[in-house]
Formats: sequence, structure tokens, C-alpha cells
Amino acid sequence: MSTTSPLEKPAPVEKAGGAVATYLDQRLGSNKALGRNLGKVFPDHWSFMLGEIVLYSFIVILLTGVYLTLFFKPSMVEVVYDGSYVPLKGVMMSEAYASSLDISFDVRGGLLIRQMHHWAALIFVAAMVVHAFRVFFTGAYRKPRELNWILGVVLLTLALAAGFTGYSLPDDLLSGTGLQIIRGIIQAIPVVGTWLAFFIFGGEYPGTDIISRLYSAHILLVPGLILAIVTVHLMMVWVQKHTQYPGPGRTNTNVVGYPLMPVYMAKAGGFFFVVFGVIALISGLVTINPIWIFGPYTPDQVSAGTQPDWYIGWLDGALRLMPNWETVVAGYTISWNVLIPSVIIPGILFTLLALYPFIEAWVTGDKREHNLLERPRNAPVRTGIGVMAIVFYGILWIGGGNDIVAVAFDLSINSISWALRILLIVAPPIAFIITKRICLGLQRKDRDKLLHGYESGRVLRLPHGEFIEVHEPINVKEMAVITSKTDHAVLPAPQKTDTDGVRNPRYLVHSLRHRLSTFFYGDNVPKPSAAEIEHGQHHAAEQAAIEAPLHEYEDRDVIYNAHGGVLHHPGMPEINAEQIAEETRS
Amino acid sequence: MSTDKDLLPVDPHNEPGHLPIADIPHTPRVTDTDPKAARRAERQVASMFLLSMVFVVLFVVAFVTIDKSAVVYIPVLGVVGASQIALGFTFGMAILLIGTGAIQWAKKLMPDVEVVQERHSMASTPKEDEEAKADYERGKEESGFARYTIIRRTLIGALALFPIPLVIMLRDLWQTPPGENPVELLSTTAWRDGLRIVPDTGETTGEFVKGIRPEDIPVGGLVSALPIDIMEIQKAEHNLNARGKAAIILVRMDPSEIRSQQGEGWDYQGILAYSKICTHVGCPIALYEHRTHHLLCPCHQSTFDLADSGDVIFGPAARRMPQLPIGVDEEGFLVAKSDFQQPVGPSFWERG
Repeated sequence: MSTTSPLEKPAPVEKAGGAVATYLDQRLGSNKALGRNLGKVFPDHWSFMLGEIVLYSFIVILLTGVYLTLFFKPSMVEVVYDGSYVPLKGVMMSEAYASSLDISFDVRGGLLIRQMHHWAALIFVAAMVVHAFRVFFTGAYRKPRELNWILGVVLLTLALAAGFTGYSLPDDLLSGTGLQIIRGIIQAIPVVGTWLAFFIFGGEYPGTDIISRLYSAHILLVPGLILAIVTVHLMMVWVQKHTQYPGPGRTNTNVVGYPLMPVYMAKAGGFFFVVFGVIALISGLVTINPIWIFGPYTPDQVSAGTQPDWYIGWLDGALRLMPNWETVVAGYTISWNVLIPSVIIPGILFTLLALYPFIEAWVTGDKREHNLLERPRNAPVRTGIGVMAIVFYGILWIGGGNDIVAVAFDLSINSISWALRILLIVAPPIAFIITKRICLGLQRKDRDKLLHGYESGRVLRLPHGEFIEVHEPINVKEMAVITSKTDHAVLPAPQKTDTDGVRNPRYLVHSLRHRLSTFFYGDNVPKPSAAEIEHGQHHAAEQAAIEAPLHEYEDRDVIYNAHGGVLHHPGMPEINAEQIAEETRS
Repeated sequence: MSTDKDLLPVDPHNEPGHLPIADIPHTPRVTDTDPKAARRAERQVASMFLLSMVFVVLFVVAFVTIDKSAVVYIPVLGVVGASQIALGFTFGMAILLIGTGAIQWAKKLMPDVEVVQERHSMASTPKEDEEAKADYERGKEESGFARYTIIRRTLIGALALFPIPLVIMLRDLWQTPPGENPVELLSTTAWRDGLRIVPDTGETTGEFVKGIRPEDIPVGGLVSALPIDIMEIQKAEHNLNARGKAAIILVRMDPSEIRSQQGEGWDYQGILAYSKICTHVGCPIALYEHRTHHLLCPCHQSTFDLADSGDVIFGPAARRMPQLPIGVDEEGFLVAKSDFQQPVGPSFWERG
């Protein structure tokens, strides 16, 4: 509700802003870009905020991180603690740990910022993972957005690296134990592992170099890379325009939503402050990583029930569940028990994740541009693969807390480990099959809605005694969503020889693609033709019309005749009082 | 893959959204129709911004007035640092209210009618494409990159070699002490014949007791221990490396319960010494169940049977815990009889 009309003089601030814009424009031509972009339309959906949470929590991490560097000393020199945390007074510890304690107890607001940094990091990775789920399950990574998907996978890897390097910096007992495990993993790498470990740690474990080396990676290298890649990631979203969910008027070649200025500036800008504020509130109220309880790191101490941050938990679970295989070949050791869960499995998983858009496009032969998101039910195999991955991850994650599960439920740790080992192989395929069946069921339901309308749940007896269930036509919004489904043609089966009898040299490849694409889309329930849909909706409308008089009656909100006795029909007075009044008048 | 295009014809009638779709009617909000409601929304937004400012003032007050060691009891949270709670709450609310205010503004007062914009194919037009190709060809021709073979090859060679110094300089990430190598370092510890064993108090400083006598360890007991000269080594080397390798545990069991050992007579009257560093990925272990003689790693739950040569009975560790041969010296204190006979800690490539 602005009180200034366009005819009024601009406010001084606006005037100054205009002057700056003109100054910049004469030097950079920036008003061209402003003009093009201020009105840029973004589609609206709650799930599009997930990526925003990632970005905003990253900004919070950067701001709080800069603050922390002002107080943190990345040094492993042993000092005697003389701060205000009494239980550790006089204890020898590394300067890194001592300065972390100072931040927590002697810098006012220091603990708040340290906890904000940690909470924001946890939220950062969590939001990133859920954002990736959204992109995956809606097929948003399809052409032309495959490259942005790869950047996303790189960002996820970098986020894990940022998290781990940061986790190790305070040099408390828990973080040191994590480093020791990393050292064990590096040493398990064949051929170069031993030397690599000595190079990274500057000698034997723990040495005196690792904290300062992790520090430079944590505050410069990794965040620098993340910042650069996030910028490209967002520029690509900007250039390619955001995908949108199907809905009325939304097609593959348009984008329906609100303009950047003013709606998205206010909404997205406001949301940044919401994320920032919520992180600050959580960090003010809920303790995270109480390093003072764990004590300083020494390589001969450990506490039971140690847990890494949640996003490393699945890797720890893989380490725990792996059988103890190790082979010695010609005097050299290959530690499969460490190599497979910590190097090979994550390597394969992240490679598959990055290549998935290309694998799917090759299998389906789909080379079209997709700007309209696909509903998860309409790509049952994709959805099944996603759920399969979540189940696989979930089992490893539970494995990472198998000691806690054992204590909480009073179970044998050995039987939990064995159960999880078996489940890790058996459960994902079962999850795939169940998900695929659910998706196909939902497709059938969609088809029924198109062909027969929406089941109202009301049974009607027709004058000639027939009972029907009343179906109603589906509304425009639902119609648009359901009919957004694309029927994906399955790649044709190749012939061994062509009509001239010439052997097809690529028969095996084409035959494989035929089978894979049949697996991918072959079971899909075909979408009815436009005529069939129209017929179906027309039929539903007719049925609804039969019932309409009854609705009219309901709509008038006059169900007073609970005592019975008065039958209503059109033209009749509605309540007894009126009826009596009418009778007396006559 | 030129053949791929032929495999799947594009059906334009099958594109999503091909059915004619009516726009949904737009229902105006209360704030669009009722000026009173609009003014109410305006007041709400302004109050949130105002409250945000109030919280900033409260933050400054809390920062200055609350002592950093003061604690306060808050239901649910328990006894917590007063400064931390006050700063976190005021700071969080100050920021949050800016956000909620802005969103309320957008939702109630800014237009809520969706706008349609057309998308354009990402690919360049054939004309732009041609221009790019022509520019490239002209540049290639003018530079003579194709013609001057020798320049091209030497340039590629130079560019391939110049990162080498950058990589070589990483060599001194570990300045290898003369005569030492990783395998040697990973295979030896501070233990040697006659070196006294002292209990590990968990401290990295201070004086140790003179040693442990066999009678100090009850049957079923476990003691974490270190070499007696560990402090001198730490002071000389300025690191915890020796401690990380030499940490051991001593357990005592009835000699008749010992089924096997890694060497004949390596125990002393039923006292066995094992490395404390897990052979899986190196966590220190001290979870011991004296009835079963099982040792459980807290990190990945590898389980070792200390009555049976420290063999792995469960979990991801592939190797048994190395045993340290022990005896007593003339004063009756426990001593090592040699270094470990195999490397302690996680496996490595050259271990064999």
C-alpha cells in the first residue's frame, strides 16, 4: 500500500540509488542486465526452497567461519590450559584445542558463533541432500540441466570434505579419533597409501602438521571451490530458467510464476533471514559438539559410543559392516576390509550419481529438452532406483550406530551387524520392486481419473433402480497435472540383418538398449487419448448432473428435517414453519 | 551417435501440456479487497521490523551486562550459560523477524498473480553458430597453429611439463629423517628389552610412578600402560607419535585360561600385554570383558580374544592384536622383553 504516486518526487534515497545506477551503467552497461532480469519469472513451489536453504546456510557458514578464524589458532603446539573452564585447568593440550575452549568459554558470543557454524554445516549438507532428492525424483537433471547435476555432485563431495576437515580442527578427543581412522584408510590404499599418509600427516601419526594443513584446506581451498562452483551452479539456473511443476497453463516452453522484483526479492531475501535466524536460535538453545566434555586428544585414549557427524555416518557404517577380508600377494597387503567400504564403494556411488543423467538418457534415447518436471510416479524405475539408494544409505547409516542400537535395544552387536550385512544386499532390490509397483498403481489411478472422473464415494440409486457411484469431473488443476505425463516410446527392437541382408554391426548394443528402455518405461500405463479423456470427463459430468438437484438441496444448507415427515421436492417450502405458514395463509 | 536420433522419433502430440488447459480463476486475497485488512498487514510487517530493532538493542544490553560465567535454569534446557542463551535468542529473533516481515509483506501486499514468460531453446541460432565457427577458423588460420607443426608440438610439450615443479615441491610435505622410511617407522615402537612398563594415567605430562608390579593387577583386570621413558621421548620429539604406537594394555587371567599366545612364555604369571591400537584403522581399544577375555573396539566393533593369541573373532579387523612379550626386572616391576614382533596398528601395503 504505497502512499507515493508516480507523479510525486522520488525520495532522496531513491534519487541517490538512481544516480549510482546511472554512474554504473555509463561504465558497465549494467542497466541493460537489470532491465532484462528484474522482471525475471521464477516458478513457485515449496521444494524449490531446499536449494535456497543450502545457499543461505553456506553464507551463514562463511560469515561465522570468518569470525572463528579471528580467535582460532591452528597449531598443535602443546600448551597448558589456563582459561575459565575449570575441569581442564592446568591440563596440557594443543593450542588448537585450547583456543577452541577459549572461543567456547572466554569470548562472549563465541560459543554461539561456534555452534552456529556447526549447526549451519549440518543443515547445509542435509538441505543439499534433500535438494538432490528433489532434483532426482522429478527428473530435473534431464537435458539441458545435466551439467548442473554434475556440479551438484561435485558440491556434495566438497561439502563432505569441508565438513570433515572442519570436524578435525578443534583437536578434541573425538575429532582426533576421526583423523586416526582417516589415517588408517589412507594407509590401506594399495602401492602409494603408506607414503601418502606420511606426506599428508608430515610423518608418523599424529605428528604436528595435520591441523594447520587441514586448516588451510578448510578455510581456503574447499570453501573457495564451493563458492566458485555454487556461483556457476546458480548462473546456470538463471540462464536456463528454473524448471516448473506441471499445472494449468504451464508447458515445456514457458515459465509461470512471480517476478524477481518485487515478489522474489522479498520472499527469497526474507527467507535468507529466516534461515539465518533459525540457525541462530537453534545454536543459542541447543548444544552441538561439546568439545570440552571430550577432552584434549591423545592417540592412546578413546571414548565408547563415538559418532561422526551425520553425513559421515554411512561411511563409518560401511567400515563397520564390512567382513574382515585382507589378502597378501607377493609380500604386499591389500586391506579389502578398509579399501572396499571407504574408497571403492563411495567412489562407485559418487561416479554413478554423477553419470546418472547420461546413463538414463542413453537408456531411454530421450534427447529432448525438459523444463516441465516429471512426477515421480511417471518414471517408476527412476523413482525405484532413488528409493533403493536411500534404503542402501539408510542401512549403512544404521550400521554407523550399531553400538548405540545394541545398547538401546539390548541386542547383540554381532547379530545386528549380521542382520544389516544381509539387509544391505536384500533390502534395496525389495524397496525397488515395491516402489515401482506403487508408482504403476498410481499411474493406473491417474488413468482411471481421466477416463471416469473422480470417485466421489457417494452411491446413488437411479429412478429405474440402478445403483451407481457418482463420479465427478476432475478440476482443471488436477487435469493439468495428470495430463502432463509423457508417454515415452520404448526403443525398437533391432533386426539382426537389414532388408538387404546386411548384418547390423551394432546389433548387440541396440538390443541392450532396447531391453533397458523396455525395463525403464515399458511397464508404464499409457495415457488415454484426448478424445477418450473428453469422453470420460463428459460421462462423469453427466453423472454429476443427475445428482445435481440433491446437491442444490445440500448447498442451500437446510437439513432441518431431522425428525422426518416432510419430503422435499423442488418448489416446496423448506422448513415446517414455512410450510405451516403457507398452509394457514391458504 | 548419429544413429540414436533415428531410434526414437519425437512425437509432438505427446509433449506434456498438449491438452488445452484453462487458467484457474484467481481468488483475490482479503488484503486485495479490504483496505482495513491491508492496513493490518502493513502494521504487522512494520511491527516485525520494529521488534527486530528492539532485539538488537537487547542483544547489546545482554552482551555488556551478562557475566560470561553466569548460568541460568531454563525449563527443558536445564542449567545453561546465561550469556549464550540471551545472545542466541536476541540475535536469532532480530534476524528472524526481518525475514518473517519481508515474507509477510510479499505474501499479503505484493501482487499474487502469476506471470507467464516464454522459454527459448538453449542452443544458438544457426547464424550465431556460423559466426562462431568462422571466427574460430580465422583465428586458427591467422595464428598458423595448424601450419607451424614444430611450434605446436613444443608448446604442447612445454605446457605438459610446467606443472612438474609444482608437484615435485610437495615432496617435502614430509621431510624424511636420514636413514628412515615409512615401513621402518610403522614397524617399530619405543619398546625394547628391559624397558619398564608404567600405567597410562591419560595425562600427557607429569611424573609416572616407578612401574607396575604383577600383584598390582588383579585377575580379570585391565591396565592401560606405556613405556617408562615416554615422557622423555615426547619432550625430545615434540609430538605424540611414540605414544600413539607404544600404547599397550595389560590384562591378567588365570594362566589355565590362556589357550594360546603369540610366543612361548610371553606372559608373566597370566599377565598378557597387547598393543592398544586396533589393527583395523587404529582406534585405541580398552573395552574388555574379563569373563570371555574379549576386547571390543569402540569405533568399529572388531572383537579380539585375548586368551587366544588376540585373534579376531568378529568385526572388520583382519589381523590379531600384536602381543608384547613381558617379564619382571630385578626390582620386581613388569618390563618388556623386546619390541613388538610385528607392526602395530592398521595394515599398510608393504606390511606383507
